[in-house]
Amino acid sequence: MIQFERVSKRYEEGHDALREISLEIARDELVFLTGHSGAGKSTLLRLIMLMDRPTRGKVRVDGRDLSTIGSRGIPLHRRQIGVVFQNHQLLYDRNVFDNVALPLVIAGYDQREIGRRVRAALDKVGLLARERALPVTLSGGEQQRVGIARAVVGRPRILLADEPTGNLDPNLSAEIMSLFEAFNQVGVTVLIASHDLALISRLQHRIITLRDGQLMGGAA
Amino acid sequence: MAAGPAPRREGASASRARLADRYRAWRDHHSLSAADSLRRVLASPGSSLLTWLVIGIAMALPAALGIALDNARNVSGSWDSPAQISLFMQASVDEASAAELQQSLSLRGDVESAQLIPRDAALREFAELSGFADVVANLDENPLPNLVLVVPAAGVDPAVLRAEFADLAQVDQAVLDMAWVQRLNNIMELGRRLVLALGGLLVLGVVLILGNTIRLAIESRRDEIVIVKLVGGSNAFVRRPFLYTGLWYGVGGGAVAALLVLAALYFLDGPVSNLARLYQSGFTLQGIGLIGSLQLVLLGGFLGLAGAWLAVSRHLGAIEPR
Repeated sequence: MIQFERVSKRYEEGHDALREISLEIARDELVFLTGHSGAGKSTLLRLIMLMDRPTRGKVRVDGRDLSTIGSRGIPLHRRQIGVVFQNHQLLYDRNVFDNVALPLVIAGYDQREIGRRVRAALDKVGLLARERALPVTLSGGEQQRVGIARAVVGRPRILLADEPTGNLDPNLSAEIMSLFEAFNQVGVTVLIASHDLALISRLQHRIITLRDGQLMGGAA
Repeated sequence: MAAGPAPRREGASASRARLADRYRAWRDHHSLSAADSLRRVLASPGSSLLTWLVIGIAMALPAALGIALDNARNVSGSWDSPAQISLFMQASVDEASAAELQQSLSLRGDVESAQLIPRDAALREFAELSGFADVVANLDENPLPNLVLVVPAAGVDPAVLRAEFADLAQVDQAVLDMAWVQRLNNIMELGRRLVLALGGLLVLGVVLILGNTIRLAIESRRDEIVIVKLVGGSNAFVRRPFLYTGLWYGVGGGAVAALLVLAALYFLDGPVSNLARLYQSGFTLQGIGLIGSLQLVLLGGFLGLAGAWLAVSRHLGAIEPR
């Protein structure tokens, strides 16, 4: 589903974020991406999201070489990927329902379908009762679950998460991870960047390790 | 639910349906953006009112001047065919033969009217109006010639006619007095251009003011724009609400401009009709009317869109997820 072929990313200031990365993530797989901060985890996710372009090498998503996607194609590309951020990236002037509905509004679903799907997604993350709440009235764990609902509401085939448990206590973190596992079980390719080794080594999934932009293990 | 691969729809009918879906989604988002932008504009009535006033005043100024100019043209319109040829008779031509000439001239197709002013009548009038009655009374003989005033028919070049009349045997001198008409026309043209230049500058000002207002709106919603782009919002999607915001500011400004012009006309109407009555003229002030008001609102909306487009194309592209 996701392939990196000898991908390097050098930022303009000369910092090498990724060096010659080759890896492959299969459909239906859940993979953890770990490493110290600055090891290149976020850069790798950014390349998949087309927030950045690689300096060298090829990134393929669902068989498609991302270098063939021009700037006009980026929105469509992003619509097939759900993303969860460490800092949630919610719209704080809109309620939970509207936040989760955003990808569907963008994709142009009609109101009834939006209502149905948003409630299903909120149900999945256990926030159905809070659909009218504003994000600021929610706890950190709840805000993260709103972010997850928004990421999956468009039924993406790929789910990316950048430190989704970064600010959460261990119990909440485990809860969030089991949500990701549930989505993976219904066929979504999941890639989670996390430095919480204690948590992710307990879960039985492949772990890709990065150090200073280089692959240390788990690439196969 | 809420997971699993999105089903792929294929086939001609499906793609037609999707085209219809996409059109409906596009239309829905337009009405959604329009309503949401209007709500945001109305949510801060104080600053929105200020923006409307600034735009309204900037648009009302050239609009009012233009109306003033139109009115001035209406006034001068009644003098629009004042080209009058004065035919001064030879001293040897007496009143009877001057009257004969006047008769024959007034029958011509290229002459609107011809009027005889006999030399005696002219002298009397001069004595009365000039206050030199005593001097005139002391004159041995009347120094004034008989005079025939000719008004050319519409569409006839008065200069050609004057040249023709100058060659008549009875005529000593044929004078076409058009200088003051030309002066007036030049003054009107000058006024028109001044209004155009001022209008152009103020229109540019309106576009820049709106552009700046929209720029601030974009800045204040930067986080939102980033998030929308991250979850797959296209540039058009992000742009839309801001274009509508510009439209609402512009339309409101145009409406304010129309109201200001109406108020100014109402304010001036009394004195103007008094003045017209004193001059025994039927002149009334021409307003902007419904069409003119709508045009102002329309122009405002157009300028609003232009300003928003300027801001959006300059600033929105720079906001990308980092």
